[in-house]
Amino acid sequence: MSNTAKHLSVSVWRGFADGHYQTFEVPRQDNQTVLDVVTWIQRNTEPSLAYRFACRVGVCGSCAMTVNGRPRWTCRTHISKVVDQDGKLELAPLANLPPIKDLVADMRPFFDKWEKAEGKFHPSKTRVDPMATISPETTKRQAADKAIECINCGVCYAACDSVRWNPAYLGPAALNRAWTLANDERDAGGPQRLKAVSANGGCHSCHSHQSCEQHCPIGLNPTESIAGLKRLTVDAYIRGELS
Amino acid sequence: MRLYILQRGTAALMVPLIAIHLALIVYATGNGLTASEILARTRGSIAWGLFYQVFVIAAAVHGAIGLRSVARDWLRIGPRPQTGLMWGFGLLLLAFGTRAVIAVVFPGSLS
Ligand code: HEM
Ligand code: SF4
Ligand code: SF4
Ligand code: FES
Repeated sequence: MSNTAKHLSVSVWRGFADGHYQTFEVPRQDNQTVLDVVTWIQRNTEPSLAYRFACRVGVCGSCAMTVNGRPRWTCRTHISKVVDQDGKLELAPLANLPPIKDLVADMRPFFDKWEKAEGKFHPSKTRVDPMATISPETTKRQAADKAIECINCGVCYAACDSVRWNPAYLGPAALNRAWTLANDERDAGGPQRLKAVSANGGCHSCHSHQSCEQHCPIGLNPTESIAGLKRLTVDAYIRGELS
Repeated sequence: MRLYILQRGTAALMVPLIAIHLALIVYATGNGLTASEILARTRGSIAWGLFYQVFVIAAAVHGAIGLRSVARDWLRIGPRPQTGLMWGFGLLLLAFGTRAVIAVVFPGSLS
């Protein structure tokens, strides 16, 4: 395998929005992830290189970058998947977010929209109430389970054309979370959440391109969740609860 | 939200209308009807007139709202110009469509 190129030629985005690519030579190994490559550069060649990671095992969602033009989680992306014989690799911060420095994008707009979509739990009980029993068999719980494993990596947000075109659009991850909560029987925030996701920039701005679903490293399908929200808002509109 | 409902509602309405329209085209061409023979059947027909006028209204509403979304995403214009474009395009579609319906139901009236 490694008898192709012995070295990788890695172009890394340096600086801020008006930065440039800087090329580094990195020894190629049989087992190597994109994050390994970035870490190698920072430890051996360029200590000032800024990037973000925590868990290294695909749980925390902090390591996403643009890898050869596509958003990916870098800690679980093997080099052999993204680099061919020529050994060329291009790394940039996630798209659709303001760059901070080098490979680090500002995630604040992403999480602000998460809040705006009412992607948070509204308790319907207190700690003195008995624990809610939720059957894993119900349609609602199964819908929530299908979308729940999001790691907030922002890959779908960077992959979404609607986010790029429409600055008000809440994006796939926030709406996907809103959908899981809309299906949570313990949650009491339904009406205000439907209002939030049907406002300007909400679920109706999604064109069902499924770019989010194509890129989500966990294999979630935000498009389907958003379609679910569209149905809920139409039902609520017909009942006269939304205008 | 209201625009979304109107856009998807008119899309749903157009599904059976388009099916009938296509079936009609297949029937008419399959039977070798000429334009004048077709016009002879539609002339004075309130039913066909209504059918196509509903179609025209649905298409105008649907297309205009759709174009507004395209303008929102692709042109850097604010909500007011978007709405202006929507009304302009919608009324244009409505005018052309209505003109065509009149021509089919009352031939000669527009010449
Ligand atoms: C049975 C016929 C039709 C159906 C079922 C239909 C359905 C749809 C749907 C579901 C969308 C939303 C796409 C999205 O936003 O992701 C859409 C958008 C659109 N439609 Fe139609 N449509 C039909 C006929 C027409 C006709 C006749 C016109 C032209 C007057 C038209 C013009 C548009 C435009 C301009 C858009 C906006 C594109 C967009 O938002 O992505 N459609 N249509
Ligand atoms: S399906 Fe919707 S959320 Fe997903 S990429 Fe397309 S527009 Fe964005
Ligand atoms: S839906 Fe998938 S791609 Fe989007 S933030 Fe969650 S895990 Fe990442
Ligand atoms: S470092 Fe945690 S998901 Fe990649």
